[in-house]
Amino acid sequence: MAKEYETVIGLEVHVELATKTKIFCGCSTEFGGEPNTHTCPVCTGMPGSLPVLNKKVVEYAMAVGLAANCQIHQYCRFDRKNYFYPDNPQNYQISQLYLPICHDGWIEIETEGQKKKVRIHEIHMEEDAGKLIHDDWEDCSLVDYNRSGVPLIEIVSEPDMRSAEEVIAYLEQLRMIAQYVGASDCKLQEGSMRADVNLSVREKGSDTFGTRTEMKNLNSFKAIARAIEGEQARQIDLLEEGRPVIQETRRWDDNKGESYPMRSKEDAQDYRYFPDPDLPPVEISDAWMEEIRDSLPELQPAKKARYMEEFKLPAYDASILTESKKLADLFEETVALGANPKKVSNWLMVETLRLLKEYSMEPEEIRFTPENLKKLIALAEEGSINSSVAKEVFEQMFKENVDPQVYVEEHGLKTVNDAGALEAVVKKVLENNPKVVEEYRGGKEKVLGFLVGQVMKEMKGKANPAMAGELLKKLI
Amino acid sequence: MDLMKLTAVQLSEKIRAGEIRVAEAVQAALDAIEEKDQTINAFITVDREGALKAAEEIQKKIDAGELTGPLAGVPVAVKDNICTKGLKTTCASKILYNFVPTYNAEVIENLRRAGMVVVGKTNMDEFAMGSTTETSYFGVTRNPRNPEHVPGGSSGGSCAAVGAGEVLCALGSDTGGSIRQPSSFCGVTGLKPTYGAVSRYGLIAYGSSLDQIGPVARDVRDCAALFSVIASHDRKDSTSVELEDYDFMGALKDDVSGLKVGIPNEYFGEGLDPQVKERVLHAAGLLEQKGAQVEHFDLGMLEYAIPAYYVIASAEASSNLERFDGVKYGFRAEEYRGLHDMYKETRSQGFGPEVKRRIMLGSFVLSSGYYDAYYLKALRTKALIKKSFDQAFAKYDVILAPAAPTAAPKLGESLSDPLAMYLGDIYTVSVNLAGLPGISVPCGSTGEGLPVGVQILADCFKEKTILQAAYTLEQALRKEEQHG
Repeated sequence: MAKEYETVIGLEVHVELATKTKIFCGCSTEFGGEPNTHTCPVCTGMPGSLPVLNKKVVEYAMAVGLAANCQIHQYCRFDRKNYFYPDNPQNYQISQLYLPICHDGWIEIETEGQKKKVRIHEIHMEEDAGKLIHDDWEDCSLVDYNRSGVPLIEIVSEPDMRSAEEVIAYLEQLRMIAQYVGASDCKLQEGSMRADVNLSVREKGSDTFGTRTEMKNLNSFKAIARAIEGEQARQIDLLEEGRPVIQETRRWDDNKGESYPMRSKEDAQDYRYFPDPDLPPVEISDAWMEEIRDSLPELQPAKKARYMEEFKLPAYDASILTESKKLADLFEETVALGANPKKVSNWLMVETLRLLKEYSMEPEEIRFTPENLKKLIALAEEGSINSSVAKEVFEQMFKENVDPQVYVEEHGLKTVNDAGALEAVVKKVLENNPKVVEEYRGGKEKVLGFLVGQVMKEMKGKANPAMAGELLKKLI
Repeated sequence: MDLMKLTAVQLSEKIRAGEIRVAEAVQAALDAIEEKDQTINAFITVDREGALKAAEEIQKKIDAGELTGPLAGVPVAVKDNICTKGLKTTCASKILYNFVPTYNAEVIENLRRAGMVVVGKTNMDEFAMGSTTETSYFGVTRNPRNPEHVPGGSSGGSCAAVGAGEVLCALGSDTGGSIRQPSSFCGVTGLKPTYGAVSRYGLIAYGSSLDQIGPVARDVRDCAALFSVIASHDRKDSTSVELEDYDFMGALKDDVSGLKVGIPNEYFGEGLDPQVKERVLHAAGLLEQKGAQVEHFDLGMLEYAIPAYYVIASAEASSNLERFDGVKYGFRAEEYRGLHDMYKETRSQGFGPEVKRRIMLGSFVLSSGYYDAYYLKALRTKALIKKSFDQAFAKYDVILAPAAPTAAPKLGESLSDPLAMYLGDIYTVSVNLAGLPGISVPCGSTGEGLPVGVQILADCFKEKTILQAAYTLEQALRKEEQHG
């Protein structure tokens, strides 16, 4: 009988913090920019320069930690991690090893209706490295230090996850926490959230861990899921063949769908960590910690529950809306203006998500305002525009945040509720389609839809379809 | 008038009184350097053009009444591990032989604001690692009293330049005695301030938790004036501390009545040259005559200071010096195969033997499995040393001690036995480990005519107490000289 295996996964997730300036100097953290324009002696590691801690980094790290039920080391320190690489201008990275700011937390995930706690070992603050660009044409390497010194937190989980689904659920929860507390935008494509996956397999029921491998720098949820599937299959194959899993770091090639070894444990570097003498310990007072705790917003699980309770939204809708802080904010702001919650929810869940997907956009990039969404809903509700016109107007609103009232006026899209004008068109359609009229009279009621369509076409979509249908029936 | 015979404070008075022009003062220093540095080799870089240009600008400000400080218009030399914008800063190392900083250290900005003129950059032990200024890539500096002898180190260039009369004052840096020991050897006055009193921004780090920039001068008054200029609270240095006031000239009172002076017994044991001992105890006697209460006591922990210091300083240095890798600035090996070979070749060729020794020592004590046994233990020792000083300063206002076990050794005698050289730091390193201020004041000479200095130490931020005691001692010694 074939053996049954269980996969054990722990994650190290790097999240870039949304501070305006870098962690140890006043340079901008803005993404993009000409190479080496957001730099100074500190973030380029010039001799004699010294780091000064950005307090906002501590606050964001603390906020994420508190939201993830962590304990806070109120006396924490920065350590130097020493290794040579040109993207690391000092040849040491300022990080936290001995006393990380947060430890021993957990977050709850839900997969297939099952709830589960994933424990967080620690969260530490550190600086990002620069970016190396290998120019094969010129046979040289160039380095851009704009990213050097951008603040990161690394969230280290316990090996509590057992499947790709759980990993994705955990990452989604983390992303929601970071976005909700405002600590990060977590844009995967810009690298502001990246994960390293530690994975091992063992026979089901075993209480010891198998040998693990680490896969580095996975930057999309899909790539992470594929890498996990691939790696667990590779390890199970090895075990089935009676060969050992080697403890090593592997790089996942998402295009080829396979991983290859980067370095083995034997090559592991000794980082010679020690407390950075240039940075005094960070002392977090009770008052400061409580201030951060008090300023935490309502987090996603609570918000979801409230939406179900307060707005009577189905669980599914409440989940979707609260998955993105931006969508949730938009929902609440529009409802606060007096719009019907279910209608607002529908516009956000259906049309908004469809257009986001179509234009490959993140919810954070939504441009239309709650005021305009409310106006659109009102226009549709009062029958001033029909549903197809409403969708058309919404798309314009989505693209350019147009005022729906103004747009409808300017483009003459108002539904024609004038019975006289409608009757003339209906008569014309009936005259032009004698065969269809015959079919209808013969009992084929389905063809009424065709006739309504003809009326709408004649009136360039501005007719009220319900009124047109009634009138057609009457005149036939 | 030989301007180089004045003190810095006197020179500035004459400049501000319109008797001397800044350019004349600068020219006098440049001439003295030109003449004497052929023997002394105190300078790595002399900035004639820049200094004369700055002199003109400063003159205008003095004429306009914008610069009125006690050192306005005075030429000053700066140790070559302090970054000067546009002016080569080498740390006396091949690896930075051509390095030109893009920014000024905070102390350089402070000098500029005070209207002082940087005339050049002084020689030192490579990366401030050494006690003789013999490990410099740019050749040895010689003792101004006797060119067969070393000037001490690592701020040997700054102390020799002041001792030889090439400049009236200079900046040094002190990680384990690097201002006080060469001051003692060269017969000048040098202050190692409390850790945090002077910004380290722009000081190329050796041991970050121990490094401190300080003044070197002819006498205590100049030293106090220069310290007043460079001490500042700097937000760019997280270890910088804001002081209550920055006027140290006010502390120069010829009075030690009631001052409690402690002399640690351990500092007068085996290894101390009898002539040095005699001069230091003589200084204690002079203070006693002036009304101080002198007492001998057991300080404790002295035997642990050297090992703790070399573990901590080397550990920090091994990390601080990683950035010198041939990638962005400084020396890069000409031939190499690939990135890691480039690092290896560049660093093998770029660093001298003493620097390599300390990088290896520091890397070892930080490596996995040894960290607790060496580095953590050294940190605990450091805390205990601080505690023993705390106990002493509960009883005494100042501690009096030799600055070095001997007067300046001959050139070439020290480097062959690094351990013996390290032991020469025994009277100075504890002060850095405890973060304390300490001054070295000349207190006579040996029979061979080599200067001897006495250290006066006090609790953190008690520089005024130190300066007052040092000033009083200096006055007593002068009086004795005049009458003797």
